Amino acid sequence: MAEISMPKLEVAAAKPTLSPAGPFIQIESLSLFYGTSKALKNISVSLGEKVVTAFIGPSGCGKSTLLRCLNRMNDLIDSVHIEGAIKIGGHDIYGPEVDVIELRKRVGMVFQKSNPFPKSIYENVAYGLRLHGVKNKFDLDTRIEESLTASALWDEVKDRLHSSALGLSGGQQQRLCIARAIAIKPEIILMDEPASALDPIATARIEDLILDLKKEFTIVIVTHNMQQAARISDQTAFFYIGELVEFGATRKIFTNPAQKRTEDYVSGRFG
Amino acid sequence: MENHFEAGIEELRQKLLVMASHAEKSVNEAVQALMQRDHDLALRVKADDDIIDQFEVEIDEMAILLLTKAPLATNLRLVTVAMKISQNLERIGDEATKIAKRARDLSQEPPVKIALDLPHMANLALAMVKDALDAFVHRDAAAARALIPRDKEVDALNKLAHHQLAEYMMANPETIARCLHWIVAAKSLERIADHAKNIAEEVVYLCDAQDIRHTLKN
Repeated sequence: MAEISMPKLEVAAAKPTLSPAGPFIQIESLSLFYGTSKALKNISVSLGEKVVTAFIGPSGCGKSTLLRCLNRMNDLIDSVHIEGAIKIGGHDIYGPEVDVIELRKRVGMVFQKSNPFPKSIYENVAYGLRLHGVKNKFDLDTRIEESLTASALWDEVKDRLHSSALGLSGGQQQRLCIARAIAIKPEIILMDEPASALDPIATARIEDLILDLKKEFTIVIVTHNMQQAARISDQTAFFYIGELVEFGATRKIFTNPAQKRTEDYVSGRFG
Repeated sequence: MENHFEAGIEELRQKLLVMASHAEKSVNEAVQALMQRDHDLALRVKADDDIIDQFEVEIDEMAILLLTKAPLATNLRLVTVAMKISQNLERIGDEATKIAKRARDLSQEPPVKIALDLPHMANLALAMVKDALDAFVHRDAAAARALIPRDKEVDALNKLAHHQLAEYMMANPETIARCLHWIVAAKSLERIADHAKNIAEEVVYLCDAQDIRHTLKN
């Protein structure tokens, strides 16, 4: 197989060796403002590598905002400014030398509503690869098959790769978006309620896929579904009105939370 | 607006308490029938066991229904603990029935003239059941932990009774059948204390989310 030439990131090359459960994403005293309104309040937390971390909390608590900080998606909003730091593999992603496009290659994202391009299944996955310099057809074919296999979609689409992606079911479209995200080999995948619009069977497939993907990727997922967080995450962070109320092993958060606000939220008493 | 889930949890808790009162009553009456050679009371205790069995089935049904709603945190612990406590209560009911059967048979025979400290043993076992259930009602982990060592005292009394009865049977072979009834009754009291201890351990899990089963062996 031909050597695939991929642009290298300095920070990726300098990534320290970390244990699977060691801190990989370090959020340090992070505050985020929309204009003068403080949406995230002095958040400090370290997330492990190759584990699934769930962000939970009622609507408006800041969990999606924090998720979007991890690949600087909030940079696209003019009124946003942040204080504090986020380090991935020990390097500040808000540092002046950081190329945001490269950062977003390292930190992929899957959204609540599947958003395939109005192109073929093949082209949806090929798009990002081409953007990152993969031109050779054999290399493209190989990477596309790998990505579709890893996203548990290959068997369902291998005979219709050149059909429109918009003809896929909702669950298949979401898995295609995951294939598109992992094709460029990110280290981290951010997921913002990736299964909230899917039926239980499609949801179960996405959840199984997430559990498989964590062998290779660090995953941070925002979910409103407590049972989903309990099923798939290793660590859970509970946010309330911009504050991190509690962070810990998912098993502990869902069987014996330390904070009353966490207990009340996971028990459905508010939110 | 009523919180239907919380209402379901409270209904489960109340049902468990009613079951507990039946189990406690059965043990009390079985011991009374044994000590006072009350044949009729022994028959009533035996008949009441069906009521306790039915409670166990109903509590499991309620708990499974609540689990389908995926409770978390304290509610999750309460539902799982309720199922385990009801199982222990059902077995306490079974032990009460065993004592009642022995009481029924012994009441038809001449008394065995042996100084056994079974009333003391029965009081200890009954107090353990009562205190374990009080700890559940008040969510008192400290009280639950405190009663667990008392099981050893009941174990020791059972061993002593067993030893005394074995010696008595050797000296008085014509009493063997009656003495065997007393051995079984003593063993049932010892098992009731075991179940009280199990309930106390579940109360500790409910309150502190700490599983202390099998950690205090010596």
